[in-house]
Amino acid sequence: MTAVSTKPAPAPAQMSRPLLARLPQPSRITPVLASVIPPVMILAVFLGLWEFLASGPAATLPPPSKVWADSYDLITDPFFDRGGLDKGLFWHLAASLQRVALGFAIAGIAGILTGLLIGTSPFAMRGLDPIFQVLRTVPPLAWLPLSLAAFREAQPSAIFVIFITSVWPIIINTAVGVRNVPQDYRNVAAVIRLRGPAFFWKIVLPAAAPYIFTGLRIGIGLSWLAIVAAEMLIGGVGIGFFVWDAWNSSNLSDIIVALVYVGLVGFALDRIVALAGRLATRGTAAA
Amino acid sequence: MDRFLDISRLSIQFPRSAVPVLRQVDLQIARGEYVAVIGHSGCGKSTLLNVIAGLLPPSAGGVVLEGKEIDGPGPDRAVVFQNHSLLPWLTCYENIRLAVDQTVGRKMSKAERHAWVMETLALVHMTPAKDKRPAEISGGMKQRIGIARALSMRPKVLLLDEPFGALDALTRAHLQDQVMEIHAARGTTVVMITHDVDEAVLLSDRIVMLTNGPNATVGEILKVELPRPRNRLALAADPAFVAARTAVLEFLHARHANPAMSAA
Ligand SMILES: Nc1ncnc2c1ncn2[C@@H]1O[C@H](COP(=O)(O)OP(=O)(O)OP(=O)(O)O)[C@@H](O)[C@H]1O
Ligand SMILES: [Mg+2]
Repeated sequence: MTAVSTKPAPAPAQMSRPLLARLPQPSRITPVLASVIPPVMILAVFLGLWEFLASGPAATLPPPSKVWADSYDLITDPFFDRGGLDKGLFWHLAASLQRVALGFAIAGIAGILTGLLIGTSPFAMRGLDPIFQVLRTVPPLAWLPLSLAAFREAQPSAIFVIFITSVWPIIINTAVGVRNVPQDYRNVAAVIRLRGPAFFWKIVLPAAAPYIFTGLRIGIGLSWLAIVAAEMLIGGVGIGFFVWDAWNSSNLSDIIVALVYVGLVGFALDRIVALAGRLATRGTAAA
Repeated sequence: MDRFLDISRLSIQFPRSAVPVLRQVDLQIARGEYVAVIGHSGCGKSTLLNVIAGLLPPSAGGVVLEGKEIDGPGPDRAVVFQNHSLLPWLTCYENIRLAVDQTVGRKMSKAERHAWVMETLALVHMTPAKDKRPAEISGGMKQRIGIARALSMRPKVLLLDEPFGALDALTRAHLQDQVMEIHAARGTTVVMITHDVDEAVLLSDRIVMLTNGPNATVGEILKVELPRPRNRLALAADPAFVAARTAVLEFLHARHANPAMSAA
């Protein structure tokens, strides 16, 4: 340093930050607060607005305070079970989740396998893709009558509706993922003579994994949309039927509570699949 | 001349194109030789390399390596791709390990494979980053892992497609020195594509200059008679280095100026 510069260092110009100060350490708490405070504030404003709008004499929907008072039992004790259909929300949600789990699991396995097959065969792709593109736009509930006719029972019909709703995005995304394995990776595999099953397991599947998980994520969202609607028609224990039943007994507060739960569970399902995707693809999938 | 790698009357024409990209390319490369291929963008350098790698079949003529005609890709001709092409879901170690397991590792025990991967990592000075994924390392480090992966297969021929093209000058110089060291230590035959005249002169024994495409062919071959090991600082003012450099520049810019550029 001294050999190079003989002039004394000029006094540093005025800066807004102190020189040589410790670098600011990222705090663990601030980011949490930063992501929690805005939604909480917005929620408070929203609840206030709702309370105000629904408090007039002409209001058709109950304000939050009334929902709290009416459905206090439902909100605070989700686990009660008085026999029959008079159960806490936990039991209804669990029944719905069970159907979704079964239907979605079948859709996942069938969808990924079909997608892999279609993705590797240009003939199958050309033949089946247009059919799938049409079928996937059929609304979930439109399948219900057919499915009831075929299975003659509520439970398998509901599971079938879940399956048929969520399988299309899984198939299509998997097939696209397989077809889009970059030429670079294929070249690498060719140079090291990776072929057949090894090529499939070590190159095709990992390269397609982000696409597959995108399909699964769309699929789980659609499943949850479909189950609530299907259960309204099918009956039995389940969150969809609970909403329908509350409507029939004009219990609007219970409906509102149920909707909040439906939303929270749907959100959780989406996050779980996204997390599974991130773990399985080792971070190469966009979260 | 020793015909270790023998390219004879090689022509390549892509389907749906009227004229061949490369036409009647003839080139003999000796064992252990370092050959640079230089030419304007789009003249067919990568195409030539892909044919040697076996990734692209020739339309006419062919390539013979050690008396055997090349009819597909294989680990005896390892490629360092223009864009590194590491598998993003594997760590640096795993990327090399996959190549080792598939090729030279077949006759090794597990411990030997591990040791060999670690040795190749050390060769390119990447041991500390072995458990990082490609997304977590810099461009120069990715290129080093790409080189390590290619070397780990103990190839007869190392094919480099603009291996330092996307790097800054300092990193590039550092990697060039490493490749020179490896070439000296292992005696691997190297075919390197480059755009960089200094790089070609510094690294290679011969510089193959391609004419402009389509119908590109070998325009001229310059022998670089500089003693090894070469030192970039000492060479900068060396008359032999400067003469070689001038000859290549002369070829590229006076006699075979880029048609796209001169038309503009
Ligand atoms: N798959 C292909 N199909 C048709 N034409 C191709 C194909 N690949 C390359 N070409 C053509 O062949 C010519 C040579 O391409 P190549 O990639 O070998 O050039 P290059 O010399 O490596 O260029 P650069 O220095 O920019 O990498 C180009 O004109 C390109 O358009
Ligand atoms: Mg190229």
